[in-house]
Amino acid sequence: MAGLELLSDQGYRVDGRRAGELRKIQARMGVFAQADGSAYIEQGNTKALAVVYGPHEIRGSRARALPDRALVNCQYSSATFSTGERKRRPHGDRKSCEMGLQLRQTFEAAILTQLHPRSQIDIYVLQADGGTYAACVNAATLAVLDAGIPMRDFVCACSAGFVDGTALADLSHVEEAAGGPQLALALLPASGQIALLEMDARLHEDHLERVLEAAAQAARDVHTLLDRVVRQHVREASILLGD
Amino acid sequence: MKETPLSNCERRFLLRAIEEKKRLDGRQTYDYRNIRISFGTDYGCCIVELGKTRVLGQVSCELVSPKLNRATEGILFFNLELSQMAAPAFEPGRQSDLLVKLNRLMERCLRNSKCIDTESLCVVAGEKVWQIRVDLHLLNHDGNIIDAASIAAIVALCHFRRPDVSVQGDEVTLYTPEERDPVPLSIHHMPICVSFAFFQQGTYLLVDPNEREERVMDGLLVIAMNKHREICTIQSSGGIMLLKDQVLRCSKIAGVKVAEITELILKALENDQKVRKEGGKFGFAESIANQRITAFKMEKAPIDTSDVEEKAEEIIAEAEPPSEVVSTPVLWTPGTAQIGEGVENSWGDLEDSEKEDDEGGGDQAIILDGIKMDTGVEVSDIGSQGGPKHWKNGADAPIILSDSEEEEMIILEPDKNPKKIRTQTTSAKQEKAPSKKPVKRRKKKRAAN
Repeated sequence: MAGLELLSDQGYRVDGRRAGELRKIQARMGVFAQADGSAYIEQGNTKALAVVYGPHEIRGSRARALPDRALVNCQYSSATFSTGERKRRPHGDRKSCEMGLQLRQTFEAAILTQLHPRSQIDIYVLQADGGTYAACVNAATLAVLDAGIPMRDFVCACSAGFVDGTALADLSHVEEAAGGPQLALALLPASGQIALLEMDARLHEDHLERVLEAAAQAARDVHTLLDRVVRQHVREASILLGD
Repeated sequence: MKETPLSNCERRFLLRAIEEKKRLDGRQTYDYRNIRISFGTDYGCCIVELGKTRVLGQVSCELVSPKLNRATEGILFFNLELSQMAAPAFEPGRQSDLLVKLNRLMERCLRNSKCIDTESLCVVAGEKVWQIRVDLHLLNHDGNIIDAASIAAIVALCHFRRPDVSVQGDEVTLYTPEERDPVPLSIHHMPICVSFAFFQQGTYLLVDPNEREERVMDGLLVIAMNKHREICTIQSSGGIMLLKDQVLRCSKIAGVKVAEITELILKALENDQKVRKEGGKFGFAESIANQRITAFKMEKAPIDTSDVEEKAEEIIAEAEPPSEVVSTPVLWTPGTAQIGEGVENSWGDLEDSEKEDDEGGGDQAIILDGIKMDTGVEVSDIGSQGGPKHWKNGADAPIILSDSEEEEMIILEPDKNPKKIRTQTTSAKQEKAPSKKPVKRRKKKRAAN
């Protein structure tokens, strides 16, 4: 998009944020009654909904059961009304499959699967607004916590980009469409370990460290927010139970 | 068919070797296997061999109408297929996870990094653009499909020539290759993927894992870079937990490797260009050596033998000489004999005499006494091989093989034992003239029971 300044001289981005600021995050846990765990998150205009079932017995072929660990199954679905033009295939196309695989990889590393051998954990994510991987992961984390499945740590994700020598955190749709480099990072905040790292478009090697650092810092900020949401939810639940 | 699972001992062996920084094929941790690039007769067709992994890339083009929201840009389409000939585990329906992962990675690496100038593919804005289609087929799977595929894709794109087109007003003329030389694509840069395999929760890493190493790895990190040290794609997969400095280190290594590979690619393209211009023969048929059977073609791997002699001498000097003791047989009952307690293997010094322990197998045993032995001639054991051999009394070396089994039978009696059965074999290393000791002939009683 020619003529659109992604970073102005005063250091403001298109939506008025500074380089390292996140978009407004609002989250709610326990949205559905039927599912074991569910969560809804809004990150700016991106809205993601995650639902978790499990651990339960393996559906389908018994042969897939792992003797010592649980099987994590993730499915990503993007609503047809989410992108600028109506999407024809909500799920089953390559991009959704890839997203599902990546979510699965992230959560297999984070969930303590050894505690539930021979079982299956399903995570379904519905994304409205062609947003990013980050919102999906954050929603899924909250949903898994809501379901009470033990995890090593929160999994917080954030995207980052690079414009004019500055690393930007939490890209919006406009910034993504501009075509600059985009990095998506899923982090376990306590240990600083990276569960998933994905980057697109050209970025010079020397700038990699700065962008990684910006994404990591943003992920830690997301963690603070999610932590607050979880504690709030627990407090409400205990009040309702009359503790 | 389902993939054969890797045995635990093989897994352990591989992991132990990696801990000691050794790889099965003798490479160092950051070494690539040999890369061979060969071109076909058509433009845009190439085969890349990374060790034994083989990928065929083919580029083709077509005039189509452009996408609605990108009216002035051409279309790029990538497709990687895991052919069933690549590995027994690849079947038409079964490979979806791996296939999706590889395809998405190729797409992101090549399309999102804008290595090809899509605007130059436009013929008539909004109506006709070129659609470039890159088809990659995996012909043989020996690990690290991604790297081989990315090299094949970029080489095929660099090699490809599209038909020339000219636009005059409303008229579009498409020239055939005979009328006008076909035009190469305009390529900005060449992104190449480098794979890093992680083992033992990220403690050890290897570049360019082969198939066995891939099976035992924890996870894979793929970094695609071009020779200007711009990172085009990073993808971590497999659930490994990375640290930031590991990623940075890998990107530095990738930079070095990509520079080497890019040079190789440019040289190969240049060579092919030269051959075509000079009218020489080109194509796949030429790149297969005629004198060798391709199925068994083995590449030579250089091995450092500079200190082999010293090492060998060291080993021999420190080794203990074989014991001179020859166990004497113990007779329990008539007709059976037992030599040794069955614990220690003393084959080494029994080269010249064979004894069977108490199997009633009816093989013949021969004592070879004081024979003059050439180093080359070995009187091999007949223990389990039938075919009796015997010595004639007082004869020297020659061994007569005779199948006759009706030789005189000597039944081993307990009291007569010590004399008859005793083997006095001299050590095989003695090379004296044959002594005139009577050579005993002994046969076991046939399985009489």
